[in-house]
Amino acid sequence: MAVYNLSLNGKKVKVDVEPDMPLLWVIRDFADLKGTKFGCGMALCGACTIHLNGQPARACQTPVSSVGKNDKITTIEGIGEGKLSIIQKAWIEEQVPQCGYCQSGQIMSAAALLKSNPTPTDADIDVAMSGNLCRCGTYDRIRKAIHRASDEMKVAEKGIGQR
Amino acid sequence: MENIQTSRRDFLKAAGFTSLGLAVGISGFTKDASLKKIAPAVLKLEINPFIIIDTAGNITLVNPRPDMGQGSTQAVPSLLAEELEVSLEKVLIVQSDGMGKYGSQTSGGSSSVRELWMPIRKAGAAAREMLTTTAAKRWNLPAAECMAEDGKIWHKASGKSLSYGELADDASKLEIPKEPKLKEPKDFKIIGKYNKRLDVPERVTGKAVYGLDVDVPGMVYAAIVHSPMIHGKVASIDDSDTKKVKGVLRVMKTERTMPHRASEAVAVVATNWWAALKGKRALKVSWDNGNYAKTVDTAGYFAATYEAAKKEGVNFEEKGDFAVKYANAKDKLESHYETPFLAHAPIEPENAVVHVKDDGNVEIWAPIQGPDWALRDVCGYLKVKPEQVKINVTLLGGAFGRKAYHDFLLEACHISKELKKPVKVIWTREDDITQGPYRPGMLSHMQGFVEDGKITGFHHHAIGESIVGQVFKGLKDDEADPWLSEEISTGNNKYQFGTASKVSWTNVKTDIPVVWWRSVYASNFGWGQECFVDELAHLAKKDPLKARLEILPDERFKKVLETLAEKANWNEKLPEGSGRGIAVFKSFGSISACCITVSKKDSGVKIDKVVSVIDCGYYVNPDNVKAQTEGNIVMGITAAIKDGITFTNGICDQTNYHQFNVMRMNEAPPMEIHIVDSGAVPGGVGEPGLPPIAPALGNAIFAATGKRLRKLPFDINNIA
Repeated sequence: MAVYNLSLNGKKVKVDVEPDMPLLWVIRDFADLKGTKFGCGMALCGACTIHLNGQPARACQTPVSSVGKNDKITTIEGIGEGKLSIIQKAWIEEQVPQCGYCQSGQIMSAAALLKSNPTPTDADIDVAMSGNLCRCGTYDRIRKAIHRASDEMKVAEKGIGQR
Repeated sequence: MENIQTSRRDFLKAAGFTSLGLAVGISGFTKDASLKKIAPAVLKLEINPFIIIDTAGNITLVNPRPDMGQGSTQAVPSLLAEELEVSLEKVLIVQSDGMGKYGSQTSGGSSSVRELWMPIRKAGAAAREMLTTTAAKRWNLPAAECMAEDGKIWHKASGKSLSYGELADDASKLEIPKEPKLKEPKDFKIIGKYNKRLDVPERVTGKAVYGLDVDVPGMVYAAIVHSPMIHGKVASIDDSDTKKVKGVLRVMKTERTMPHRASEAVAVVATNWWAALKGKRALKVSWDNGNYAKTVDTAGYFAATYEAAKKEGVNFEEKGDFAVKYANAKDKLESHYETPFLAHAPIEPENAVVHVKDDGNVEIWAPIQGPDWALRDVCGYLKVKPEQVKINVTLLGGAFGRKAYHDFLLEACHISKELKKPVKVIWTREDDITQGPYRPGMLSHMQGFVEDGKITGFHHHAIGESIVGQVFKGLKDDEADPWLSEEISTGNNKYQFGTASKVSWTNVKTDIPVVWWRSVYASNFGWGQECFVDELAHLAKKDPLKARLEILPDERFKKVLETLAEKANWNEKLPEGSGRGIAVFKSFGSISACCITVSKKDSGVKIDKVVSVIDCGYYVNPDNVKAQTEGNIVMGITAAIKDGITFTNGICDQTNYHQFNVMRMNEAPPMEIHIVDSGAVPGGVGEPGLPPIAPALGNAIFAATGKRLRKLPFDINNIA
């Protein structure tokens, strides 16, 4: 066992766990943030997608020992900084989730995409989102929600009010 | 299980109530179910579903259909809110716990709205009438001058009103009207209208609680080593390396109890699940596998289905003497259509928290499709009475049929009983993919003929493992699977073959565990039926749409196909190398048709567009009908072009999503859904969109390439 000081959603979190424990289980069962999901354990489904220093990462394949105390971990609970983010609002507008289990990961991938590329094309979305499985089949709505969020972000940035 | 009686006080407590009020329910979910009354005192209750209006005006619905993404948490309360004249957000939902008083509680067979359409509306209408009567009495006015709106009873002429909360106590003293007047569909404000699902926000913020998210004080975690050949027995266990893993508490033999048989397994129990998983990986178990290398095998199974196709099956139905007519027919065809075993692979793997307490009482937190079935299974397994069991149904992170099979739940029961602690069992993705149960692989042996340019002879010989037979041990050898009636029977799919038609069945058994998968057998047999109709249409030199319309006199089928033709521009010419295919199928009370357009790309084809049309009769939320149909398109195409499940020498060849691929974002085609408003009784929505997808794709590929595909899955990038 070893003690790790983590920066999780802007808060300092101290855990005493095995060095090889994936961040997924640290976040879920030691920091008690259950929004990050387990789906495959092999970085194949994307349900555990988080941000590590703003970059999307698969928490199920990220040992806690590989994360430094200054590395910023963001989970679905931290994405809106206390309120609904534009992306989450777009997800609601498009009524994306069915069961919703994969959607934390979907939103984290989409948030990383929109940060690096605020106006993604369909092809950009394909590349950025293909690591996230949705067995309910909500892909068409995820695509629409990303475009909607992109539009809303433009509006927010230019301060021209609601579209 | 008979009616479990409990006191109203207990129920109110369980539902989080402190005050008394009006409770209305219905016994049984039959059309003529009589409404019964609960007086505002401690009473024996035998009614369901429970609808409670308390004196503060809160309205609670005990929802008897767990939500796995199909939208029951909106659909069911909508039926109540409509008749009760309240807005949707006024209805608090409590998930039913499996007790018999709530009646059928399993999400399956696309049944939520179909079964609850009348009972919940009737209960809402009865409550509305009772509240109206109470208000009228208090005002000393005729009830006809009073009306319900927005959670109040109004006297419009004078403008005065009384809230439901103010009326609830007195209303509960009235007799419940047996035949309350239901609203006319033209007056619907919620049913049939677009409404946002109120639980979407919690599903985009990580706050929604699925089974995997349940924490119980004192809980330990278990990972399970399952038998690699499903049914093998544990020969020896070497846990020396497992015991070195920090956090591992115990290694114990356990059992996986399926509905039809149990198999041995080994549990690694630890203080956290990562430790349990590491312990599992370090564990060395050797297995006595008997003859399972032969009997848990897909190649052998399919070989047996093709053998069976050479013989006559058991007749499900026959019109005209098909064999004689077929033998004498000039223009005839014979084909075999194969569909693979499939895993459900919901992204949330199987998991359950169970606490078998010292006093014998049991509490369960689990993502299960039916708490009523689960209660029955748990009581049977642990030999406890229903009143000793408390089931908390969580949200389900996808299910598709899998989570109405309680092997994972009973494992947690077994381990918790042994440890007398709350135990959380989590299956790995590998457990989920390699252990089943699966959609059975099936063979459709098709024969048919055409006369005077019309399809007049059709025989569908359905061959494979029976879910009824294996899961319920409910099929005799000389009996055709009764579930064909909701699928390929001509009573259901209304093709009229003028000369002769036949549906027959042969049960080919396997030791591979099988179960229902989204749309059940329709997901298998739709492929054979609708591709073969297409083959016969081409033999008849007919347009596949016209050929179908000629033999589908049913007005609803016709309307669905005509709508599809219009929306998908069926009659518009496509460039060389492109093609359209159609298919239509009725399942779970709804008719769905699909048109897929493909074009040649390199050595395969690309799906350019999918247009689906559904007639599900009355529906609650058009957006949810569309969402479910979109899901069915994705799952239907996945089932056609992605991996099937195969077993070689007893071992599953696929282990995780890299070998059991499902469709990803970059592969999802543009899609369009249209609803036909037939005003018929509600049909299902969660499943009927799926069966026509694969055959529409197969028929489109034939149209584009001339290549007739008969075996699923196929590689869409390599249409040889």
